[in-house]
Amino acid sequence: MKPEPNTYSALGEVAAVHERRSLWTRIVIDLRKAPFTARFGMVVILAYMLVAIFAPVLAPYGEAEVFPEPYAPWSSIYIFGTDQIGRDIFSRMIYGARNTVGIAVATTFLAFLIGGALGLAAAINRSWLDQFLSRSVDVLMAIPSLIFALVLLSIFGSTVTNLILIIAVLDSTRVFRLTRAVALNVVVMDYVEAARLRGEGLGWIMRREILPNIMPPLIAEFGLRFCFVFLTIAALSFLGVGIQPPTADWGSMVRDNASLIMFAQYDLKVGLTPLLPAAAIALLTVAINFVVDWFLHKTSGLHDE
Amino acid sequence: MMSNRTKKGDVLLSIKGLKIQGFSDEKWHDIINGIDLTLHAGEVLGLIGESGAGKSTLGLAAMGYTQPGCRITEGEIIFDGVDLAKLSDVEKRKFWGDRMTYVAQSAAASFNPARRLIVQTTASTIRAGIKNRQDAYDDAKQLYDVLNLPDPDNIGDRYPHQVSGGQLQRVMTAMAMSPRPDLLVFDEPTTALDVTTQVEVLASMRSIVEEFNTAAIYITHDLAVVAQMADVIKVLRYGCEVEEAPTRQMLSAPKEAYTKSLWSVRALEKPQQAAQASVLSLKNIDASYGIQKVLHAINIEVPKGSTVAVVGESGSGKSTAARVITGLLPQMSGTVKFDGEDLPPALINRSKEQKRRIQMIYQMADTAMNPRQTVREIIGRPLEFYLGIRGAAQTKRVIELLEMIELDANFMERLPGELSGGQKQRICIARALAAEPDFIICDEVTSALDQIVQEGILKLLMRLQEELGLTYLFITHDISTVNAIADQVVVMNQGEVVEQGLKTEVFQPPHPDYTALLLSSVPEMDPDWLTNLISKRVV
Repeated sequence: MKPEPNTYSALGEVAAVHERRSLWTRIVIDLRKAPFTARFGMVVILAYMLVAIFAPVLAPYGEAEVFPEPYAPWSSIYIFGTDQIGRDIFSRMIYGARNTVGIAVATTFLAFLIGGALGLAAAINRSWLDQFLSRSVDVLMAIPSLIFALVLLSIFGSTVTNLILIIAVLDSTRVFRLTRAVALNVVVMDYVEAARLRGEGLGWIMRREILPNIMPPLIAEFGLRFCFVFLTIAALSFLGVGIQPPTADWGSMVRDNASLIMFAQYDLKVGLTPLLPAAAIALLTVAINFVVDWFLHKTSGLHDE
Repeated sequence: MMSNRTKKGDVLLSIKGLKIQGFSDEKWHDIINGIDLTLHAGEVLGLIGESGAGKSTLGLAAMGYTQPGCRITEGEIIFDGVDLAKLSDVEKRKFWGDRMTYVAQSAAASFNPARRLIVQTTASTIRAGIKNRQDAYDDAKQLYDVLNLPDPDNIGDRYPHQVSGGQLQRVMTAMAMSPRPDLLVFDEPTTALDVTTQVEVLASMRSIVEEFNTAAIYITHDLAVVAQMADVIKVLRYGCEVEEAPTRQMLSAPKEAYTKSLWSVRALEKPQQAAQASVLSLKNIDASYGIQKVLHAINIEVPKGSTVAVVGESGSGKSTAARVITGLLPQMSGTVKFDGEDLPPALINRSKEQKRRIQMIYQMADTAMNPRQTVREIIGRPLEFYLGIRGAAQTKRVIELLEMIELDANFMERLPGELSGGQKQRICIARALAAEPDFIICDEVTSALDQIVQEGILKLLMRLQEELGLTYLFITHDISTVNAIADQVVVMNQGEVVEQGLKTEVFQPPHPDYTALLLSSVPEMDPDWLTNLISKRVV
């Protein structure tokens, strides 16, 4: 038996005090324990980011530079050949990372800003505001989003700003629902009531009391939502109402070179050309999902069993 | 039918040198540190200790089970000649639900809400092949009868949400009894129940254990309860045994100083103060949730500088009264008068000053603090919000407040998850004090804490009252807490005030019926208390 003092003192109570670790050490510990899939995903995402940032340095030619030889085969001059009007496909793929991914990130951020703020407000308020917002979201979600986006883009015109705004609003409905659902679990906590009793305003309760406690599911959703936005943009571009030429974009590159796939029986490499931007899209989507899976597993407390 | 697999007096279970470790924060920590335990057939062993003493872990280990993230590192658990520590889960499963069963703390959380009670009661018996379906069902109905459940023939057809918490706990006892086990482990089975319900459940459990001569391990932190149930009591602390002795010997002559300190908690009593002018008065308050009326024209007076305890079972409306005072639930009619002026019913219409002067401390300190804020932020916010204290002055004041609640500056950067139960409640007290209030509502602030910690918190609250002239409204269901802290007592039942007055008056007979029932249901440290009480009530 341990010798213990018999007088009670509040200071002496045993509590599980965690070691103070810097953010960096915690990241290193987490990374060391990450499974192979998550590491793979992170490497891919990092690579895409580097390519997007250093596109002008990495690309051998300009984004919209036209060469006299359309549909050139794969060669040492044009690594993946040229497209229908003679632009270098390899260079456009590199620039595409910048445009497609950049626009998707901006759109997702905007969707989270709108959906997150409204979702939190609805969860805290719980009165007519909640009813009004939730039913409006139901209406928006009842319309197939791709078709709705097509209609809106043809009305307002296919500029990058319109594209970002329209997809952000349509996708914010999903973010709204998730935020509201997870926030409802936190709103009933005594510390939110304590803040209310103190007389704190809506802004404080949203930012300081609730948001920090619902971050993990929101971050995971951010990753998944980004994939959907990214695929929607690619789909819209493929349909011709997304990102407009001469801006390089993976979705429209698939469409522009789609006919090449018929020549695969004569030259396999030529046939592969339209699949390259599609593969770039697929790889990034898979990589993000790997990372999100790992993150969700880590934060949801499913370590045992 | 009596279990014939073991005879009374044989050694049923013997644990030798058991060590169990748990994994947290990247390290293995000792939970049980070398414990020996012997249990004879037909004997009830009471395990008591604070939370974190390892009593639940030991109780589960007696069945050869460890919770996820725990491992048995040393020792043997010999049950009827077999070492459970060496068996695989598949082999141990032959014992579980057959020769040993378990009654969990929260019955409401342990039942499957989608299946009928009788199906769940008999599931393990039928699976183990002890009885066929019809026999098991008949037997379950008999057990319901022995356990004093209403309408024993049909209650099993109900779903868990259709019976009360106390009934559910008894159904779980029937479930544990159904295979006629040799060993039953009760893990704090009455902690979540009201005192008046607890008495009935305790009596049923005791009668069934006696009737079938089952050996049992009864885990609890309530000494008075264990005194009614156990033949032998073992006191645990920090995963080690403090002492073990037969119940009567343990109660009359505890050897170790730690055990004595556990015993002394219930002796705390506050000298009563003379009544002064009211600082808060509720007049004819009616309140309701939706269409359900919860408070019926209640009147409560709270004298300045005193403590008024509001007593009653869950559902009696005592917490609702607190919500009316704070403005969270505006009353339908009646007035709340604070320091001479009427308070607006809704929180939104009250001034910052009115909000500052009334503060609240919650039952569950865990959920009352934002897990992502440090102690500095939690205590600092009311300082900044109400009093405009920022920067270095705020830090200084936070340290002062921490010292006032007997903690120190080292706690500033801790998160709530890094505090013990008592420390958490202290931080909540400091947060209320930061606003420099006149009036504090304490909603069951000690009921989730161990007895020694409770004593510390109650002493702290009394000292603060003396130093700062605070007025408390103390909501509780625990009569010994009332004894310890109150000047005046308000007894509530079903949304009405049954009795109100000075503590000495309310606790003196004659009582209204409900007060009498409530007072007589509080367990005492006398091992014959339950027996006497039941024979009295039957008469």
